[in-house]
Amino acid sequence: MAIEILMPALSPTMEEGTLAKWLVKEGDTVSSGDIMAEIETDKATMEFEAVDEGIIGKILIEAGTEGVKVNTPIAILVEEGEAVPSADTAAPAAKQDAPQETAPAKAPATVAAAAPVTDTTPDWGADVEVKPTTVREALRDAMAEEMRRDPDVFLMGEEVAEYQGAYKISQGLLDEFGAKRVIDTPITEHGFAGIATGAAFGGLKPIVEFMTFNFAMQAIDHIINSAAKTLYMSGGQMGAPMVFRGPNGAAARVGAQHSQCYAAWYMQVPGLKVVMPYSASDAKGLMKTAIRDPNPVIFLENEILYGKSFDVPVMDDFTIPFGKAKIERAGDDVTIVSFGIGVTYALTAAEKLAEEGINAEVINLRTLRPMDTETILASVRKTNRCVTVEEGWPQGSVGGYISNVIMQQAFDYLDAPVINCTGKDVPMPYAANLEKHALLTADEVVAACKQVTYR
Amino acid sequence: MPPKKAAAKPNVSAEELLGHYREMLLIRRFEEKAGQLYGMGLIGGFCHLYIGQEAVVVGLEAAADEGDKRVTSYRDHGHMLACGMDPKGIMAELTGREGGFSKGKGGSMHMFSKEKHFYGGHGIVGAQVPLGAGLAFSDKYKGNDRVTFAYFGDGAANQGQVYETYNMAELWDLPVIFVIENNGYAMGTSVVRSTKSPSLWERGAAYGIEGEEVDGMDVLAVKAAGERAVAYCRAGKGPYILEVKTYRYRGHSMSDPAKYRTREEVQKMRDERDPIEQIRDMLLTGKHASEDDLKAIDKDIKAIVNEAAEFSKESPEPALEELWTDIYAKVEG
Repeated sequence: MAIEILMPALSPTMEEGTLAKWLVKEGDTVSSGDIMAEIETDKATMEFEAVDEGIIGKILIEAGTEGVKVNTPIAILVEEGEAVPSADTAAPAAKQDAPQETAPAKAPATVAAAAPVTDTTPDWGADVEVKPTTVREALRDAMAEEMRRDPDVFLMGEEVAEYQGAYKISQGLLDEFGAKRVIDTPITEHGFAGIATGAAFGGLKPIVEFMTFNFAMQAIDHIINSAAKTLYMSGGQMGAPMVFRGPNGAAARVGAQHSQCYAAWYMQVPGLKVVMPYSASDAKGLMKTAIRDPNPVIFLENEILYGKSFDVPVMDDFTIPFGKAKIERAGDDVTIVSFGIGVTYALTAAEKLAEEGINAEVINLRTLRPMDTETILASVRKTNRCVTVEEGWPQGSVGGYISNVIMQQAFDYLDAPVINCTGKDVPMPYAANLEKHALLTADEVVAACKQVTYR
Repeated sequence: MPPKKAAAKPNVSAEELLGHYREMLLIRRFEEKAGQLYGMGLIGGFCHLYIGQEAVVVGLEAAADEGDKRVTSYRDHGHMLACGMDPKGIMAELTGREGGFSKGKGGSMHMFSKEKHFYGGHGIVGAQVPLGAGLAFSDKYKGNDRVTFAYFGDGAANQGQVYETYNMAELWDLPVIFVIENNGYAMGTSVVRSTKSPSLWERGAAYGIEGEEVDGMDVLAVKAAGERAVAYCRAGKGPYILEVKTYRYRGHSMSDPAKYRTREEVQKMRDERDPIEQIRDMLLTGKHASEDDLKAIDKDIKAIVNEAAEFSKESPEPALEELWTDIYAKVEG
């Protein structure tokens, strides 16, 4: 049966091209792989190969013809002894099953103004005993409990085993779990992030410690392209149940390359969950949830908070669900939204404001993705004012996103524009005085709250 | 009928030769069809064909056992066919349809099959190398003796993460076979234009990794090397490198005019070294198969490929709801 040879698309964007040259003539026999013609696209001259075997019965488009549309019949291939059909009786041009234009699916109702449903149950019951614990100990305890619970959980990173952790977060884990499950790596973030992601594809549940998240820049390709996207790209067949953790943001006097906050970066990525705890109980409850989560979780810790002590409930299995903010302090006059170390600025500011008769509500987000926007919105509908607080840079900030959510879903409740308190828009300087100015201060939060309350 | 012995290779049965012929031909015909569907606008974006390199995956898959894993780059159609994934599901993924292995959401470069232990299909050059070592890590951790084939090209061989991975794979004795498919060109840059140490497998020596160079146009040589590598890894001796010298006949992707090499160079390779023709000659001269036998196989393969192409056109586009699924795995409990 005669086969029409169609003008091929030879690049992702080609719609038409020039049939520059025929390398076969009518009557020639071709087999698959033979070069039949040269075709000029907008970018290059390409060789066009035969796919089917046969005899060139008729050439329909002359060499040199410009503007030949993709899928136009350019020649007819016949079998031996077969008559050449005339052009108009030739087999109908292959129907192009082009995708039909359809309206894009509507996004899940993230922007719909639904009545807020907020979960305000406390993290633990009133009758539960608490014990003062540092964030450092809480993180270690969470990992140890989950490693006891699930033999597929292991910890890998630089200095996590014999050195007991560069910041002593993994203290004692090597002794309890051995070198098979607490693994010192060479200094090779790109490589071990990839190996850990592959191990997660293979069914394990790695915890990857970055000595700091600044060094995870070397590994961000695997975090995003390999870990975050694979579940989607595989149509749900496989993903990466794992935790990437380590200190994030400014410590003290370590300069520009060791002082960046990555909250806004990772928060942007579908497929990742992003956690940034403030207190020791946050750290413990959220770390346990992160390790159990079947998705890649970015767990942003803070070096300055590691040594701070907070009450942690004495419970066999204390967890905090993702997507549940905590109201650290209730108030009616202004909503301060923060996360991680930002909460310390927010709480200090709230105390100062209280002295001046301004009653601030402080929301600790705890997880940035998923983000508990309902708790923010419910608070803003009450206070009609909002200030966001974070150490990261202003452009493309977490606060910028929160402002957008409030504008879309609580615009009519606002009595003042939302203010984003952020780190300054500069690389972190080393000099003590400059660093102090580059960082956020509680006084700036106080000033912002006064501005939105017109005081 | 008992399998006849091949004359040239006394240890190879006619049955095995016919199997290799069939599998390589399936890849060749599938890729030609994919090229055609691309030309018709049914396949979009980037499409990297494997034509010319068929002996590499067919030879290595012949050395693999059930449960062994494989991971590769974006030139992945051949690997999927060779490990037994259904041609219909592969082609339908190329056309972006519901019946594709990733429900149409991955495309040519991002396809997976948990069932066949195929871990992608990765679009970032070199990323699959540590991922492959990680898969091997998971097997070693679980205490089984499975091995992972991590395929990458001569281009990826210059990525830093490959050497980070070599170091850790040897340090931890991971059962991973690093398969360098050296087809001579990283997109348009030939190997000699990208490195002064063109023997890529020898770079493993810097990390203490054993390896060898293999004629990638000879499926039997590839299989034999694969068996050596598998035996080494399965015995717990750590990683192994196979630098398989091969050649791609088509451009880097569908939109590559391949002006960085001569037509004569490609034609010479096709005429003298074609992996499918080599086996075909062996079958015919050894009188293990007649022209008619091979014609019957050709016809069979053509039917499979046509069926895949038909399926890839008929399978509907994914439902719009699919846009929002598979972003997060569901939390249990």
